[in-house]
Amino acid sequence: MALSCVLEPALSGFNFENSTRNIVLENGSEEGKIKAPKPMKTGTTIAGVVYKDGVVLGADTRATSDEVVADKMCAKIHYIAPNIYCCGAGTAADTEKTTEILSSNLTIFSMNSGRNPRVVMAVNILQDMLFRYRGMIGAHLILGGVDCTGSHLYTVGPYGSMDKVPYLAMGSGNLPAMGILEDRFKANMDLEEAKSLVSDAIHAGIMSDLGSGNNIDLCVITKEGVDYIRPHKESPFNYKRQAKYKYKPGTTPVLTKTVTQVELELLDETVQMMETAGSS
Amino acid sequence: MISAQAYGENGKMKEYHYTGPVEHKFSPYAFNGGTVLAVAGEDFAIVASDTRLSEGYSIHSRDSPKCYKLTDTTVLGCSGFHGDCLTLTKIIDARLKMYKHSNNKTMTSGAIAAMLSTILYGRRFFPYYVYNIIGGLDEEGRGAVYSFDPVGSYQRDTYKAGGSASAMLQPLLDNQIGFKNMENVEEVPLTLEKAVQLVKDVFISAAERDVYTGDALKICIITKEGIREEIVPLRKD
Repeated sequence: MALSCVLEPALSGFNFENSTRNIVLENGSEEGKIKAPKPMKTGTTIAGVVYKDGVVLGADTRATSDEVVADKMCAKIHYIAPNIYCCGAGTAADTEKTTEILSSNLTIFSMNSGRNPRVVMAVNILQDMLFRYRGMIGAHLILGGVDCTGSHLYTVGPYGSMDKVPYLAMGSGNLPAMGILEDRFKANMDLEEAKSLVSDAIHAGIMSDLGSGNNIDLCVITKEGVDYIRPHKESPFNYKRQAKYKYKPGTTPVLTKTVTQVELELLDETVQMMETAGSS
Repeated sequence: MISAQAYGENGKMKEYHYTGPVEHKFSPYAFNGGTVLAVAGEDFAIVASDTRLSEGYSIHSRDSPKCYKLTDTTVLGCSGFHGDCLTLTKIIDARLKMYKHSNNKTMTSGAIAAMLSTILYGRRFFPYYVYNIIGGLDEEGRGAVYSFDPVGSYQRDTYKAGGSASAMLQPLLDNQIGFKNMENVEEVPLTLEKAVQLVKDVFISAAERDVYTGDALKICIITKEGIREEIVPLRKD
């Protein structure tokens, strides 16, 4: 079948060869303990809503590495197919790569079958992959899209769980965002209402959660096409610094300077004629 | 409702075996975030702190400043575990009153610093989880900054940053106030206006990159006229 020619499941999952070595390093020899590097998490607020003509997805743009903001303008709404987009929360590398793999597989499927992929296909492939990796891939995803069967919004958890609902929020800021969605969600809203609802839900997450912040991105998916609004709302907090911090040339001390001549030998010379517009 | 786990297969209550002492994790400390900064000048001192109180990924309060006025010439900035900050400031206030009543004079900045060091070391084996910085004027009217570690080690500085964004602020202060890592610069003494401007700018930068710092900045400016306060908004997200 089409799906089996697209997917080639890897023969082995994660390689755990180094785990005994890591345990020895972490518990420490006489010299001291060595801690493993921590992967960067997105500490996010993402939300999605199904409205009259399609799906609206929203996300904040802050990526944190523990307590430090690593990226102030990170893109959390990933392209899967022309009619399917996916918001990702959790470990940044995992959401990025998982959605890229999914997108490649769906493109191959489209070329093989000549059809636009359905959202339920994307969900099944994701579930399959995440369950196979036993939750080691920390990807909490919200998938939204419009296909020939209608508009759909799904959530896929890192262990492979799935839920199909009309409105959703995920990430560390999901509690405040869900509060807004539960209060104001109605079935069959129109576009402006849906955009303002998702935007307000993400805004609640940004203000209440320390792991979310900066700008709000929106993605509106309809039968006609996709409107990727980045940014939908910029952060209103841009306090200008009062002084200019510039350094004059010569501020950094130059301790030594060595100049090495590189000897180059001319080996071969060719001339190629270029076709220009004026030549006949 | 009695859970099914309490009953075994034959309907009788399952027997529980005592498997030995079990370790339950309880930490008496929490980290409530916040950044404190103090700068000493020729005849002034500045103590500044952000006003955000957080825990984990949540915000407890957007208006909880970490500068505490001790006397007319001394301000204490403390960040870390808020419970210990409150208790420590209560104890210091009480000790200041006792000193005033027995010696008929207000404690000087240097004396407060020495006293704080002994108070902190008194709890060497169950420390106050607080990063303290004292800013004030010494007996000669010059600015003084004393920085502490949680168990009482202290020294007099010209400028010091403490708290969650201290690692981001301290190098910038080293460069701009201490003129470190620079050559061919004119080492002008720091004026009050320049110092306040610098403090505001560094906190704007800290709020950009540190999630625990933000909401508002409270600056206490200590001069021989008294203590003046300024509040400046910072990022709220």
